[in-house]
Amino acid sequence: MRIALALTLVCLFVLAWQGVASLDSVDDLTLASPVETVEALNDDWGLLMDNARVTLVEVVLGLAVSVVAGMAFAVSMHLLRPLRDAAYPLLVGSQAIPIVVLAPLFVLAFGYGIGPKLAIVALICFFPITVNLLDGLRSAPPDLLKLMRSMGASRLRTLRSVELPAALPSLFSGLKIAATVSVIGAVFAEWAGADEGLGRLVLLGNNQLQTPRVYAGIVILTVMAVGLFALTALAERVAVPWNRKDAPA
Amino acid sequence: MPTETEAPVTESLSFREVTRRYGALTALERIDLDLRPRELTAVVGPSGCGKSTLLELVAGLQEPDEGEMRREPSAYMPQSDLLLPWRDALGNAALALECQGVPRAEARRRAVPLFERFGLTEFEHVRPAALSGGMRQRVAFLRTLLQGRPVLLLDEPFGALDAITRADLREWLAGALAEEPRTVLLVTHDVEEAVFLADRIVVLSPRPGRVIADFPVDLPRPRSVTGMAFAEHKARALEALEA
Repeated sequence: MRIALALTLVCLFVLAWQGVASLDSVDDLTLASPVETVEALNDDWGLLMDNARVTLVEVVLGLAVSVVAGMAFAVSMHLLRPLRDAAYPLLVGSQAIPIVVLAPLFVLAFGYGIGPKLAIVALICFFPITVNLLDGLRSAPPDLLKLMRSMGASRLRTLRSVELPAALPSLFSGLKIAATVSVIGAVFAEWAGADEGLGRLVLLGNNQLQTPRVYAGIVILTVMAVGLFALTALAERVAVPWNRKDAPA
Repeated sequence: MPTETEAPVTESLSFREVTRRYGALTALERIDLDLRPRELTAVVGPSGCGKSTLLELVAGLQEPDEGEMRREPSAYMPQSDLLLPWRDALGNAALALECQGVPRAEARRRAVPLFERFGLTEFEHVRPAALSGGMRQRVAFLRTLLQGRPVLLLDEPFGALDAITRADLREWLAGALAEEPRTVLLVTHDVEEAVFLADRIVVLSPRPGRVIADFPVDLPRPRSVTGMAFAEHKARALEALEA
């Protein structure tokens, strides 16, 4: 039922898109219709897939870096109050950095390789992961922490048995946001300077007025983001079975 | 063969003129109290009389502002069960051992006999969300027992339950304590519960909490809530409360 509803809305959206694109007043160079987009997907499939693979690697590796760094940072900040107080403003600041401006500087400093792409994806994903995990770690009920103390639990025991499991739902909220913005990060990174990748292909297509190919690239990027989101949601169902909203109590 | 939960007998647990304040508010005033080994002492009093403070003092979660205390290692059972939703019943009880450094698998293994003894075997692998309120309290009690401490501190253990479950659970607790005698400090606002379970009843006054009555309950066990003697004990505690 839920899937049917979602599919219906997607179909309506595509129909509306086709309708607008078919209007005489709409320039073919600014808006490709779904039909043209599908044609481009078909004609350029090999080219699109080769570049999509490059972008996907950047996204997945960048996400991995930010998950490891974000979790380590959040746990350290949680355990060390002075570190949290000192580093929190910096953490928020990291999210305010305009990545679009920073990306070319990264490329200038580190070259056209995968390094700067990972750095940019990781930077954009770091904030939602760290902040959500940090909030989650602090969400354990105070009475429960008191009980752990009365049972003689060490700080690490409480972290492992109580605070980390209690923080998992929050961590997954952060991961879901990170999964979707990671794709945007990779596109920005490629725009700043790259030899390959979907972001670069879309940019080139724009310059060469190959509008259907641009739309085909956008569709693949969207599918990539939705796919990563779905994978994260699936992982959440497996890792946090006690928190399932639709599960019987 | 010693059982998993066997604990040493209490030597002494006493309060001498103990006062505890929170800022301008005095929660407990000049409390004198001795707990006798293997006795269940029930502390009754109106809400806000510092009953929970009393328990947290014994548990070492708070320190007195004045007076002296002698403590014994104690296991604290809070008002709500505080079971971890991501662990099954066995894992929740085993947490008590893990806190003492026992590895998880071994802690679970050592909790099994206790579930058998108290007839909870079929609930071992059930998560708290699927357990009734009464069952959750039983699991929380096993977690308290598994700490292997000589003193049990029970803070309104049946406070959140409906009347029928309460009656059921207090019989279960009386049975469990008959099998596993401990020095128990039970805090409750329910006089009937106190008379049913306790060897001795201590009545606290409204804030600041002071001891205003302290008398034994000499009723044979197992007890029933009916009968003249039971009613007399209840009346005695109620009178002290209303004085």
